[in-house]
Amino acid sequence: MSNKVPVTATINDEEKSFLCEPRQSLLEVLRDVLNLTGAKEGCNNGNCGACAVIMNGVLVNSCLVLGVEANGATITTIEGITPKEGLHPLQQKFLEDAALQCGICTPGFIVAAKALLDKNPSPTEHEVRYWLAGNLCRCTGYDKIVRAVLDAAAIMRAEKQTA
Amino acid sequence: MQAFSYVSARTLSEAADILAREGDQAKCLSGGTDLIVFLREGRRSAKVVVDVKGIPELNQLSYSPKEGLTIGAAVPLHRIYDDAQVNEHYPGLIDAATLIGGIAIQGRATLGGNVCTASPAGDSIPILIAYETTCIVASRSVTKAIPLEKFFVGPGRTALQPGELLVALKLPPPTPNSGAAYLRFTPRNEMDIAVASAGVVVVLDEDKMRFVGARIALGAVAPTPLFVPEAGAALAGQPVSDEAIEAAAQAAQAAARPITDMRGSAEQRKHLSYVMTKRALLKAIERARGGA
Ligand SMILES: Cc1cc2nc3c(=O)[nH]c(=O)nc-3n(C[C@H](O)[C@H](O)[C@H](O)COP(=O)(O)OP(=O)(O)OC[C@H]3O[C@@H](n4cnc5c(N)ncnc54)[C@H](O)[C@@H]3O)c2cc1C
Ligand code: FES
Ligand code: FES
Repeated sequence: MSNKVPVTATINDEEKSFLCEPRQSLLEVLRDVLNLTGAKEGCNNGNCGACAVIMNGVLVNSCLVLGVEANGATITTIEGITPKEGLHPLQQKFLEDAALQCGICTPGFIVAAKALLDKNPSPTEHEVRYWLAGNLCRCTGYDKIVRAVLDAAAIMRAEKQTA
Repeated sequence: MQAFSYVSARTLSEAADILAREGDQAKCLSGGTDLIVFLREGRRSAKVVVDVKGIPELNQLSYSPKEGLTIGAAVPLHRIYDDAQVNEHYPGLIDAATLIGGIAIQGRATLGGNVCTASPAGDSIPILIAYETTCIVASRSVTKAIPLEKFFVGPGRTALQPGELLVALKLPPPTPNSGAAYLRFTPRNEMDIAVASAGVVVVLDEDKMRFVGARIALGAVAPTPLFVPEAGAALAGQPVSDEAIEAAAQAAQAAARPITDMRGSAEQRKHLSYVMTKRALLKAIERARGGA
């Protein structure tokens, strides 16, 4: 008895249809069915943020969403934040500011930071720390990550002004 | 994870029919931040998961000065703390909504789910009790109202009967000259579970010098969230003074029946019941007097 159900969702601006079992998480679907392996499984219980995606404009942990719940939804993953050419300012600053070591937490941090900057283009350091409290990093420490987000925000504001 | 089927219910009666048919093998899915973890860990089992987020009654968030606040059971926390009316009239609820999990949890988690999980440490519950919240519960045949302080029958157990689901939480309009606050003690500021907590609503007289009344509830210090009417009674009619606040905090401490676990000892929790009540009262009084 296969109880796979059809799901259609807009993922990174592309309409995707796929089959999934109701028990599969959105994270499993992204990684194992759609081959979008940017979102990482850290804890699989909502504590680390490595699996973060933006769903209908809202930051969520994809390990705590069922794949079937994505039906009709609009989802942005780290792959969708990366421009066709070059890097997103957040990605650029994470590199320049050495805000990663092993890198497993990085996609989650960048997706979460993107959701923050979409809502608040000029956050204070305190607001960045509060917003990122659901993302864990085991190797870098948070100072460099917070600085990278603040630096990227400044670049994005400047780009917007000249645009 | 165990296999189950999934239904995204569009109407209350569609969900109620499935619950009536499948009994406890049907589980409501709201934000999933508890349920998906429970199913994955095998702490709950389900034949069918009923997604209730598409049901209009569970999605309402409305305020009127006459009716007060209605929060559909499936409204996520971010909608609650981004709402101007809730910010203006129910600041104690904002305290709790911004404490639960982190931003990504708040994008999904609901008050309905927090209440139905019925953890003694559920962060929304003490302040909702203090606000005199009523649970609107429905099954295929009946709709009823249950005062929130009567909704909890044990750790993780609610008064919901087979076939019933939580539709909405109703908070009465705030009384003039009232103030509220929720505070919890955790070793870490964010992403932690309360060792002990207190939710309070105070009503002052027109001059804001005397207590008209108060409602006080505690979290994580008993098998269920704990309403402490005697702590509120200690304030009624008293001048706003250190002595009155002290007496209420003592009453809260006396009512607490905590256990010792990995998060804290019974003794520490007893003491924290006192401290959290006192601090929450001071904050609520400040708000009643027009402070933030
Ligand atoms: C990383 C992390 C951090 C957390 N931090 C906190 C915290 O700080 N404080 C805190 O209190 N909690 C915390 N939680 C627990 C959880 O997020 C909250 O309890 C949340 O409010 C649950 O809401 P939900 O919508 O996700 O519930 P769900 O998981 O959808 O449901 C919870 C339970 O209620 C039942 N249910 C849901 N809706 C209904 C309904 N309408 N009628 C009947 N039954 C229903 C479900 O079947 C399930 O048993 C945390 C969880 C995680 C994963
Ligand atoms: S893998 Fe989803 S939060 Fe850790
Ligand atoms: S860089 Fe290794 S966990 Fe963050």
